[in-house]
Amino acid sequence: MNSPLTAEAPAPTTSPGRPRRRWRAGRLTGRDIAVLSVLLGIPIVLDLALIWATTLSSIGLSFTSYNGVTDIKWVGLRNYDQIFTIYEPFWRAVRNNVLWLAVLGLVGTPLGLFFAYLLDKNIRLTRVYQSVFYMPVVLSLAVVGFIAQLIYSRDHGVLNVLIGRVNDPIDWIGDPKINIWAVLVAAVWRHTGYVMVLYLAGLKAVDPGLKEAAAIDGANATQTFFRVVFPTLRPINIIVLVITVIEALRAFDLVYAINSGRNGLELLSVLVTQNIVGEASRIGFGSAIAVILLTTSLGFVIAYLTQITREERQ
Amino acid sequence: MALSVSRRALLRGSMLGAGAFAVPAALAGCGDEKSGSSGDTANKNVSFGSNYSDEVPKKAFGDTIAKFDSSKGYTTKINTVDHNSFQENITRYLQGNPDDAFTWFAGFRMRFFAAQGLATPIDDVWDTIGANYSDAFKKASTGDDGKMYFVPFYNYAWALFYRKSLWQAKGYQVPKTIDELKTLAGKMKADGLSPIGFADKDGWPAMGTFDQLNMRMNGYDFHLELLAHKHSWSDPKVKAVFDLWKGLLPFHQPGANGRTWQEAAQDLGAKKSGMYLLGSFVAQQFKGADLDDLDFFPFPEVDSTIGTGAVEAPIDGFMISKKAKNVAGAKEVLKFLGTAEAQNIYLKSDPSDVGANNQADSSGYNALQKKGAEYIGGAKQISQFLDRDANPTFASTVMIPALQKFIDNPNDIDGLLNNIESQAKSIYTS
Repeated sequence: MNSPLTAEAPAPTTSPGRPRRRWRAGRLTGRDIAVLSVLLGIPIVLDLALIWATTLSSIGLSFTSYNGVTDIKWVGLRNYDQIFTIYEPFWRAVRNNVLWLAVLGLVGTPLGLFFAYLLDKNIRLTRVYQSVFYMPVVLSLAVVGFIAQLIYSRDHGVLNVLIGRVNDPIDWIGDPKINIWAVLVAAVWRHTGYVMVLYLAGLKAVDPGLKEAAAIDGANATQTFFRVVFPTLRPINIIVLVITVIEALRAFDLVYAINSGRNGLELLSVLVTQNIVGEASRIGFGSAIAVILLTTSLGFVIAYLTQITREERQ
Repeated sequence: MALSVSRRALLRGSMLGAGAFAVPAALAGCGDEKSGSSGDTANKNVSFGSNYSDEVPKKAFGDTIAKFDSSKGYTTKINTVDHNSFQENITRYLQGNPDDAFTWFAGFRMRFFAAQGLATPIDDVWDTIGANYSDAFKKASTGDDGKMYFVPFYNYAWALFYRKSLWQAKGYQVPKTIDELKTLAGKMKADGLSPIGFADKDGWPAMGTFDQLNMRMNGYDFHLELLAHKHSWSDPKVKAVFDLWKGLLPFHQPGANGRTWQEAAQDLGAKKSGMYLLGSFVAQQFKGADLDDLDFFPFPEVDSTIGTGAVEAPIDGFMISKKAKNVAGAKEVLKFLGTAEAQNIYLKSDPSDVGANNQADSSGYNALQKKGAEYIGGAKQISQFLDRDANPTFASTVMIPALQKFIDNPNDIDGLLNNIESQAKSIYTS
């Protein structure tokens, strides 16, 4: 096979000045090195351009005042100072993101595991239940948002009719004290199905012999699950954990579809958009919020990677 | 609905927008950049960026432009972009490859882009069309540098709308002063109505209430100066407005933050609310006999020394971008759009707006439009709405959350205004 890439690739760098490593370089032909440098080079360039350049420019912009038209003005830490002191939506957004993570992690994920456990028992109509629980996952969160409005609308929604509060309706979406909970129910509804399918796949892969052995040793159902089955699901647990954290940090569509993420439904991702996308945009200010979101995400990523590498070493 | 557009639609809109804008620019880029402004009569190709994305206005605008093309032998290409996406991308649009002419709004939004050098002055267009516009319109089309940048197309008034049949049946009288309004509202409440319909889920409708109260209480000049941040938001005069509003809130429909203006308009239609403060586009929610039953009155007087001469009537119209390839052609299109003829064609399909040209034919208007035209015609001053008269960043990132918070809990006015002021200071000075 004559790769056309060879012709364009930079000249092979098999320098004779490294005798100690000759045996290694010798195994790679000039073409190998060319192909390698192209195949590695493209992702590296893309990585630098699309991830590092944008990240660093966001960080740079976060110390400036820039409206997209007039000159960029350096303002030091002023954006951060204002976000933490006078920009009220910020702390509500932080609270909501934390709530989102807590509720997905403590309610949505265990519920998904529970459903998966039940469905794994091959009860009747198990396929039907699977489809029913998985259905919301196929919907985009924006669509879930529209459905939520039909249910929660104060004057025309289904929920107030069902609970008999037509004359004294509860303002599920408009009341900033309760709307985040109403939205979280919708988010959990979708998240549960996702987690369920992942665990279901994991449970199907558990060796039935393990369960039989546990039963022979006299373990009851609860003990079998928590002592035997759950530990074997470790790879799935990690995936689910990562997905839960990502879902909580990137949450956006649902609240944006409901009320553009205002009045109690603020999220960090929404605040970034509200400040940057607009006519006379506040690009520096929005970037500062984005950097805060990035730092938070990095915290989770680093904690996760440390955990993984530590376990791999053991 | 209009404001709850999904991120997907937004992105799609901006991609389409970018694509649509790039093509004519690439084509035009082949020619001489200066050919338009040198008075070259040969170039009859004009591109027009439009945010008239809803079906009815889109067709009406297409018909209007078609009339221009056929009578003057031009080829005008209209690039329509979703209304919200167009607005949100305007900064990038004007700095990238904008169309020659584009749809826009009067007020701070117009002056801001003119001051940034992103628009072409069109004083010569005004030499042609100026005679048919009142001073209020002319003022609304002038940039900070005194040059003209904008051609008004139509506008619509904000007022208190009500159903005549309901008011006749209950014997309600149009209130002239704020005290009469309160008395009337009390009566309506006793009759089991929500006296004043109210919806602020979209964030902007409550700005209209603030505009009315502030203009009636502190006057037009103070209002505009406040929105340009020449006064402090913690000024006692502003606090007085919120105090007055707080007193009126019990007469407003509760749960406003969870309701869209369309829902509130339907409640007015269903005779659940007694009246509703909104722009005349509220009429879009009314059909046939219900539309004939709809009437309005100006927001009543608060201070007799100030009166009710200030009318909130946002103007939609057109501008020419700085990077326009065919400035001469774009000016011809704008001259046409500024005529009564063009506005008559457009307004045929529009039951709620009023032509900006004072020669626009009112014979095709319904009763509501006629009254609207009179109301705006008699205005001493015309305001454009808070998010058009103020810095848009301030309006959307500060005022929307602040007003929603006030509606939810009107008790901490001092804290609210101090916070607005500290954020305004940072936005207006940077």
